[in-house]
Amino acid sequence: MIAGLKLHGGVVVAILLLLAFAPFIIDWIDKPFYLDLVTRMVILAIAAASLNLILGYGGMISFGHAAYLGIGAYSIGIPAYYGEYDGLYQLAITIIACGSFSLLTGYVCLRTKGVYFIMITLAFAQMMFFALVSIEEYGADDGLVIDLRSELPFGFSLENSVSMYYLCFFILLFFLFIIHRLVNSRFGMVIRGSAVNDSRMQSLGFPTFRYRLLCFVIAGVMCGVAGWLLGNFTNFISPEMMDWTRSGELIFMVVLGGAGSLFGPVLGTAAFVLIEEVLSGFTIYWQLYFGLFLVAVVLFVRGGLDGLLSKFSRSDK
Amino acid sequence: MALLEVNNLHKSFGGISATCDVSIRVEKGELHAIIGPNGAGKTTLISQLTGDLESDSGTVYLDGKNITRLPMHKRARLGMARSFQITSVIDNMSVIENVMLSVQAQSGHSFRFWQPVSAQQELTETSHEILVNVGLQSRSLHRTTELSHGERRQLEVAMALAMRPKLLLLDEPMAGMGSDESIKMIDFISSIKGGTGILLIEHDMDAVFKLADRISVLVEGNIIASGSPEQIRDDKQVRRAYLGDE
Ligand SMILES: Nc1ncnc2c1ncn2[C@@H]1O[C@H](COP(=O)(O)OP(=O)(O)OP(=O)(O)O)[C@@H](O)[C@H]1O
Ligand SMILES: [Mg+2]
Repeated sequence: MIAGLKLHGGVVVAILLLLAFAPFIIDWIDKPFYLDLVTRMVILAIAAASLNLILGYGGMISFGHAAYLGIGAYSIGIPAYYGEYDGLYQLAITIIACGSFSLLTGYVCLRTKGVYFIMITLAFAQMMFFALVSIEEYGADDGLVIDLRSELPFGFSLENSVSMYYLCFFILLFFLFIIHRLVNSRFGMVIRGSAVNDSRMQSLGFPTFRYRLLCFVIAGVMCGVAGWLLGNFTNFISPEMMDWTRSGELIFMVVLGGAGSLFGPVLGTAAFVLIEEVLSGFTIYWQLYFGLFLVAVVLFVRGGLDGLLSKFSRSDK
Repeated sequence: MALLEVNNLHKSFGGISATCDVSIRVEKGELHAIIGPNGAGKTTLISQLTGDLESDSGTVYLDGKNITRLPMHKRARLGMARSFQITSVIDNMSVIENVMLSVQAQSGHSFRFWQPVSAQQELTETSHEILVNVGLQSRSLHRTTELSHGERRQLEVAMALAMRPKLLLLDEPMAGMGSDESIKMIDFISSIKGGTGILLIEHDMDAVFKLADRISVLVEGNIIASGSPEQIRDDKQVRRAYLGDE
């Protein structure tokens, strides 16, 4: 068991170290393109980690989580369009916009269960998608180019790609830490309990709805911050960022990595982005193979990659 | 004032009355047993009391307060705890975490986001004590799915008890238990008796006659008799309707 913990923890530590030194490693091997890949991966890992909070721990299978990526991105794009580049101001808009969208939609969605919940979260995300497609002023389905990245205090510049990367990385670490504290707190006990047996939780005396709603809002805001980073990173926003396929990909990342495990989404996102990158270089039919691979993981590896690691860990004690 | 006062409670499922004009009382510290054949409406009655099911008509008072239309979680907070006939525990958690949830539910709101529950002695110590009382302490860190059927039944009761209820509703706590386990459960119930009002549903007549202060007989949704164990034992109608087929 100790050896097992070492292996499992070892892989996590190795990945975190790799990420921590990624810009130096990439500089050393002289493949600057990879920094973009890793930055995108870290941003998606933040989004996946936030989805994992509601899906993995809370049992709320949201099929509309990419909406928050989009809202976060438009919260920089639209101010930038009017010449407002203050990063903290944009971040405040992100938080308010994602907070209210998740509060309003969550209030309705969380009254449903199972497949209805999946459908209604999807429906709200699609509403947001079509709303933005229809606004000509902000580029409709062509989107908007952001000519300057957010300006941050203390002269911290996101125009430098290494600074951009480290901001993403530290936000990922920070959010993982917050999620870790949350799920082990009293609040987290209620969330995890009602994920598997909501009516028993109510009969114990928990008004579960309000806890689940707050959890839904926290996840929405976290994903909004990922969207804020994504808009900055790509210098471009479009409704496609909140396309339903993106929501599906986020679910895949969580399930692939291991729903309900803290580092699962990071593993899942890393695997997802890397495999996508490698396969798409080999064949134009990569999505087919990728799909088959995902089906295999879901069918044969309970608990995703994280589960697989712990399984190996346990058998080598 | 009775601890629990139920007046003319009624519930029908698509034309079939599961409970019909049921009136019962449970006094403080009393153990009131409800017996009746399968499908008599016993579980339905309990669900109406806890708010799992909404009643068609009738009223329920707990400690003098009308709780007929309150949601489940509010009734629980007012001191009503239930154990389920079909075990219902939180299966992705350990045994002690299940009990901790019960303790937590009764100790204020849970908008507490930072401190890990495993470091909160007011939860862990109380839960440990309760597990010792029901004899599950050696299983404390196991997942609930690793427990035997009998142990899951014990956990079910432990969770209800951990809520420190005024009124405990036990729906066939011995269902499916072996005889050793049943004896332990009977001893356990008699050890907590007196401290809290108990409404017990049970098919095992030995257990019922041993534990109950009062017995009501429910047949096809109607209370056909209610009285002390001796009165029930001697009641002709009851013998014919129910005890006779033992
Ligand atoms: N949700 C439901 N929908 C429809 N009918 C129901 C429902 N729940 C119970 N019933 C019916 O109501 C009647 C009473 O059921 P109930 O479960 O209360 O009986 P019981 O006395 O607890 O029986 P047992 O001793 O088998 O547990 C039965 O005829 C049952 O089929
Ligand atoms: Mg029953």
